[in-house]
Amino acid sequence: MSQAEAAGPVHGERARTAPRAVSPLWSLGLFRSELLITFRRWRTLALLAVLAAVPVLVGIAVKIETSDGGTVGGGGGEGPAFISQITNNGLFLVFTSLAATLPFFLPMAVGVVAGDSVAGEAGAGTLRYLLVAPAGRTRLLLAKLTAVLTFCLAATLTVAMAALVTGALLFPTGEVTLLSGTTVSFGEGLLRALAIAAAVALSLLGLAALGVFVSTLTNSGIAAMAATVGLLITVQIVNSIPQLDGVHPFLFPNYWLSFADLLRDPVYWDDLLKNLGLQALYTAVFGSAAWARFNNRDVTA
Amino acid sequence: MTEPTAVAGEDSAVISTQGLTKRYRGGQLAVEALDLSVPRGSVFGFLGPNGSGKTTTIRMLLGLIEPTGGTARLLGEPMPEAVRRVLPRVGALIEGPALYGFLSGRENLLRYDAADPTADPRTRAARVDRALERVGLSAAARKKARAYSLGMKQRLGLAAALLQPRELLVLDEPTNGLDPQGMREIRSLVRELAGDGITVFLSSHLLDEIEQVCTHTAVMHRGRLVVQGTVAEMAAGARGRLAVTTPDPVEAARVLKEQGVSDLVTDGEELSGDPPPGDLAELNAALVRADVRVRAFGLRRASLEDVFVSLTGEGFDVAG
Repeated sequence: MSQAEAAGPVHGERARTAPRAVSPLWSLGLFRSELLITFRRWRTLALLAVLAAVPVLVGIAVKIETSDGGTVGGGGGEGPAFISQITNNGLFLVFTSLAATLPFFLPMAVGVVAGDSVAGEAGAGTLRYLLVAPAGRTRLLLAKLTAVLTFCLAATLTVAMAALVTGALLFPTGEVTLLSGTTVSFGEGLLRALAIAAAVALSLLGLAALGVFVSTLTNSGIAAMAATVGLLITVQIVNSIPQLDGVHPFLFPNYWLSFADLLRDPVYWDDLLKNLGLQALYTAVFGSAAWARFNNRDVTA
Repeated sequence: MTEPTAVAGEDSAVISTQGLTKRYRGGQLAVEALDLSVPRGSVFGFLGPNGSGKTTTIRMLLGLIEPTGGTARLLGEPMPEAVRRVLPRVGALIEGPALYGFLSGRENLLRYDAADPTADPRTRAARVDRALERVGLSAAARKKARAYSLGMKQRLGLAAALLQPRELLVLDEPTNGLDPQGMREIRSLVRELAGDGITVFLSSHLLDEIEQVCTHTAVMHRGRLVVQGTVAEMAAGARGRLAVTTPDPVEAARVLKEQGVSDLVTDGEELSGDPPPGDLAELNAALVRADVRVRAFGLRRASLEDVFVSLTGEGFDVAG
């Protein structure tokens, strides 16, 4: 049409000979875009909101129950770990909330985001356009993995921050008495809380890789989410059956609650390191499986 | 035409395939031994009924599907091996647009542009705005894509194909599901792009669309390439039908049959049939000699539909 458009982005014959100078840094654009997409979805924000609500509810429940001067649980039954210490120190709400959300809430949220990562794009048809852009299959998968791992960290920090704020508002804070009886300053307590959040986030890596692998198997985001969460529940059930303890050391949630060992003095590293090793193993195995599958797959959706 | 070298020379085909075959895991043969050659600068109509293997071919050309046999070259380079080098110079619309409904039209384009490792982030916003302008979506750029009409989505899909300078546009059924106005807009945009020197590879199941827009065409049928050539050659290849209008149809039919006209159909005062080889003027003279009054006499131009029917012996609506 007009001259303005002739100077526009489309001019085939001239473009053919002009080579484009490409910076390798431009490849990172996809990673940034992937993070943006993940955290702009309503579903992601809703999951984070639910996770943030857990510590608030626990904090309020404890406050109400102990407002008459009684103790948590009234002596009968048992709640999540550390719950009886919350009234002494609000910081313990962080530990309680992470212990309460780690078995199901946190991994379920991760399962939803990981399961949808590739399958959701395939189902919506956007996968084919990303691939002809061309995003590159390996690069796209790495971007997806990075976004899911970032979500693991964000989800954990959401729980921890919500718990810290709620705990500080509702309960006294101060020196922290560790599980081994030693008392440390509030500052060190905070540092240990941060370390615990990191340990919890790392605990979710195995499941995240598993979810991304499942996600490369299907074109339905819902199916991949359901399969990942279903796997998580199955594994958690198997992990709670004592007769099957032979396989327990190989199940990804087996050492999840080892993060409590960070509250000992000195820190008891054994299970923490076993947990990290197991998560690294799962990430390596299912990450490679996802790569192998995604690179050889016909994209027909 | 043969494709001897990997060098993308001036005259080389933009798309060339040799024996390209795809057999799906179920054993279904979607594309069989396809030898396709798309000349640079052409508007190439890839024609065939739904289910004839057009989309599978396009997906193989773009590296989305691995062929089970044969080779495909895009811009002179082998696919799918050269995906990363070739595809930045190719814009594509495959089986309709696919968008992120929760993002605005503009954000959708930013996302797709970010997926291209050869796209300069410094010029990204400007290129996105120009592409939006080009397809006439500037006013709706900030609306969420889920609120777009089908026509707007289609145009946004085209905008995504125009984010960078392209040498080749692969458009799979670009007017599918559009109203006549939308179809006209897309077609005029395609002509405009072709005018800029971009080769356009356009698949369609609409014969008249190919006739209106394309310079070259290839016809697919049940996974096989039936014919390829220029649109003009094709239409010329099939002889037109003789059409005669006369108030004396019975007498005219007798004379024409004597003269060797076959497949004669009489509809009121109009007769049509396949003329024998030779000069049509002789037929007219014979009619006049027999005192048949002739109102109109002529050859109806063959359409691509006639070509298709004569090549496959089937109506065009039959899916493979």
